[in-house]
Amino acid sequence: MANLKELAARGDKFTGGHRACAGCGATIVARQALLAAGDKPVVTTCATGCLEVVSTIFPYTAWDVPFIHSAFENSAATISGVEAAYQSLKRQGTVTEDIRFMAFGGDGGTYDIGLQALSGAMERGHNMLYICYDNQAYMNTGIQRSSATPKGSSTTTSPNGKKIPGKVQFRKNLTEIMAAHGIPYVAQSVVGNWSDFTKKVEKALAKGGPAFIAILQPCRLGWGYPPELTAELGRLAVETNFWPLYEVEDGQYKLNHTPKERQPIDEWMFQQERFRHLKRPEHQAIIAQIQQDIDARWEQLNKKCSL
Amino acid sequence: MQKIILAKTGNEAMALAMKQVNPDVVAAYPITPATEIVQIFSQYVADGEVKTEFVAVESEHSAMSACIGSAAAGARTMTGTSSQGLALMYEMIYIAAGLRLPIVMADVNRALSAPINIHCDHSDTMGCRDAGWIHIFSENAQEAYDSMIQAVRIAEHQDVRLPVMVTTDGFIISHGMERIDTLPDADVQSFIGKYDPMMHLLDVKKPFTVGAINLTDYYFEHRRAMVDAQNNALKVIKEVGQEFGKKFDTNYGLIEKYQLDDAEVAIVALGSTCGTSKVVIDKLRQQGVKAGLLKVRVFRPFPTEEIARALENIRTVAVLDRSDSVGGFGGPVFTEIRSALYGSAKKPQISGVVYGLGGREIDMEQIEGLFMDLKAGKVKADAVSYLGVRE
Repeated sequence: MANLKELAARGDKFTGGHRACAGCGATIVARQALLAAGDKPVVTTCATGCLEVVSTIFPYTAWDVPFIHSAFENSAATISGVEAAYQSLKRQGTVTEDIRFMAFGGDGGTYDIGLQALSGAMERGHNMLYICYDNQAYMNTGIQRSSATPKGSSTTTSPNGKKIPGKVQFRKNLTEIMAAHGIPYVAQSVVGNWSDFTKKVEKALAKGGPAFIAILQPCRLGWGYPPELTAELGRLAVETNFWPLYEVEDGQYKLNHTPKERQPIDEWMFQQERFRHLKRPEHQAIIAQIQQDIDARWEQLNKKCSL
Repeated sequence: MQKIILAKTGNEAMALAMKQVNPDVVAAYPITPATEIVQIFSQYVADGEVKTEFVAVESEHSAMSACIGSAAAGARTMTGTSSQGLALMYEMIYIAAGLRLPIVMADVNRALSAPINIHCDHSDTMGCRDAGWIHIFSENAQEAYDSMIQAVRIAEHQDVRLPVMVTTDGFIISHGMERIDTLPDADVQSFIGKYDPMMHLLDVKKPFTVGAINLTDYYFEHRRAMVDAQNNALKVIKEVGQEFGKKFDTNYGLIEKYQLDDAEVAIVALGSTCGTSKVVIDKLRQQGVKAGLLKVRVFRPFPTEEIARALENIRTVAVLDRSDSVGGFGGPVFTEIRSALYGSAKKPQISGVVYGLGGREIDMEQIEGLFMDLKAGKVKADAVSYLGVRE
């Protein structure tokens, strides 16, 4: 794996000057993913969403690699078309380079509206890496709940109200859905652990075939915290077991990190505005349910990893 | 050049044209009555008869999305669909045109739900008439075959760079077998030439961004440029159609006039109804009735001036629409033609006739009846009526 010195020496392929918020985690994802790709040519796409709108305001672009955006729900389908063109033209000898394909989508564009296109592309086996920058809500439209939004979170469409204290449902486990596709490589990573993410992007690109990485991406605006805490809140999500770092390579589960001492979930939750209402004593039961869910999911994952 | 005479349905003819174009990528999804096109093409792929990378996508939305990715990557790209499939693509139809990608699509015209119906009308493609695509209708399987080949040249022309849909009437043409003249593969290839895109995503040494967000300062200019491209297409479609004629004996234009120049009563139609109308006109002409037809082959770009010139001296005209603009004043062909004639010094008496929705049969007797009603002044001008429906 490329070390920090080597990564720092590589020129940025996702460049500064874009219009993301201070402390934005999504742009870290794009920048680190393209750094990890190194000198290998990469063609990219991105679903409509924060990452796309802040980085391609015409006539400017932050992408120093070929980039296409077409719509919201279809970044997997769009890149599968680009990759099909590549397969055809490479076979015919009109394209000679060895090119990799990378798609980005937020949780809304991946867990929800783009799930079908993603599933289809993965089943067809395109040579592509799909990276879901999962900030757990529709941030671009103003923080609406998605199926990635965790239970209890207050969003603008699952607000904390007099009767209902934020999102009622637990979040969907998309990483497991992708693992069930039986593709060569599936992983979870986090903003705040550059080494884990770089390693996973390198591995996914080297393996060939379809690959999927869900990277938890703290969003200072949607989660409600000071911008300097982005990386820290990412790491704490891992230390609480809320977001385990693991990979599924050719069907084999592997945990990449086990916290020395699992931190209680409220340590992570109460640093964020979206969960602040749950501090009230009457909501203790909800915190307990959330903790129970995390522990149960962790246990299940550990079983899969020890097989 | 030796033409090869074959018996082909419309779908078979379109699939054959696609095979001879031999596109780099086809991404498609099955839907009645267009399924056969994709199905036949898949067999060409499986038999190694084409160089195409075939992407069997999981929906029409993804079909057009993959076509967009493929075309932006510099590949000659084709697809086929119909009705609900086109409706599901709708979002991407606009994007394909807005990104100026020369995708060629076969669409078999079929009614839109609800009620669900699998038969012909033009509601599906008329629903995306403002999207920026070029729309070419076919009277029969021969025209569908010829237009699919010409569409590649039109779409890729540097002054146009817009996607093209070539349509056939569901079941009537798509499943009806006809004698068609086909061309040798080599002639098709030399006619369409090599595709050489200005920029493409796989040119990794020259990275560029496709599909950037345009705010209030640029969006309007980019949309305006599409209007210029559509206007340029009027000339390009005729040039390509004439070149096709020079090489292969059948000329194609934007419209076709059949016994129209001296006609007193005329109808305007699209697609297979034109063929039926020609037979009726031949019969009426023998009886001394000066009946004529204006066939609109190209609906987008709309040949406003040619149509106005063709119709302005006719006494009475009925415009047949195989789709309706529900709640509007007549179907889309009627409103456009009436508007095209507004500036003419002489104008015909003009009425709109909506017919054939959901595959409702239109026969020679009905068309003859319409001509006779027009002649007798029984069709109210500047009004819309419905033909062949129980009211």
